[in-house]
Amino acid sequence: MDFRSSEHDGSEQHGGGAVRGPRSEDVLPETATTAVKVVIVGGFGVGKTTFVGSVSEIRPLTTEETMTQAGVGVDDTSGVDGKTSTTVAMDFGRISINQELVLYLFGTPGQERFWFLWRGLFEGALGAVVLVDTRRLEVSFDVLGRLEERRVPFVVAVNTFPDAPAYPVEELRTALDLPPSVPIVPCDARNRGSSRDVLMTLMRYLQTLATTQEAS
Amino acid sequence: MSEAGGGDWEENSPERLYVITGGRSGGSAPAELDLVTLIVARSGAKPGMQPEHAAIVQLCQSPLSVAEISAYLRFPVSVVTVLLGDLLADNRIVARAPIPPARLPDRALIEAVIDGLQKL
Repeated sequence: MDFRSSEHDGSEQHGGGAVRGPRSEDVLPETATTAVKVVIVGGFGVGKTTFVGSVSEIRPLTTEETMTQAGVGVDDTSGVDGKTSTTVAMDFGRISINQELVLYLFGTPGQERFWFLWRGLFEGALGAVVLVDTRRLEVSFDVLGRLEERRVPFVVAVNTFPDAPAYPVEELRTALDLPPSVPIVPCDARNRGSSRDVLMTLMRYLQTLATTQEAS
Repeated sequence: MSEAGGGDWEENSPERLYVITGGRSGGSAPAELDLVTLIVARSGAKPGMQPEHAAIVQLCQSPLSVAEISAYLRFPVSVVTVLLGDLLADNRIVARAPIPPARLPDRALIEAVIDGLQKL
């Protein structure tokens, strides 16, 4: 949609173009006071957007940041010529937990250099779901390492593609070099219940972590 | 509408975004604004407001997260937070802060999320 286009949905406002806001059924109640987030991380094509879309109560939305290739934030005196910029998109969805609490799900690219485009993406996140494709396990190594470094609690969800080899969980654990405590669960990202179960696994894992911490 | 635009004044070109924020970057935005901070307008849009400010106020007649504002306005979050900073300073909007960052979230909160997910 063009920011300046005049699509009509009743959200006209002063001073120029119309902005299409949420559909009436997507409006949060006035009582919504607290929002939390979970980050869905994974490589290109692993099903992040599908996952977000299957559990989200709203059609997934997209936010974009532009990354200038040669050093973000560095003044470039050469002008527009020769400047390469990349647009990086992040899809997200939403689940209203109750009248006060809202859960947002952000599907973010696996490359760490993109994470910095959204300040505070992982700070304050409840945790992360690492979505894995068994045909391309190697792309997950880096992601897992980075999350461990940042101490973001995560679970691993193996998206079941029809032609992907099915490995026993323990084999995957070894291949991904994950401690026994980190849950690894199969998932069909297209299926609402399956994606929901992954989020439940993450929440139960967070509970366990909280209990362990209290005990120590 | 944008056919005539093109060239240097494309939709969300860095140049256009630079003008909208008066050249300020995300670094000058209030630190408390997270992707999931819920924003609510204190009143309706007023004539004479910068169009982008008016658009935000209009969108936030009901609570809306920073990320959603960015998506609907089609502006990067880094630009939206600058604009929200202006509106906060002018007392036009209220920011309902997210849970403060902590190593591990509150157990009651996690239980509430589990309850909510179970109802899906």
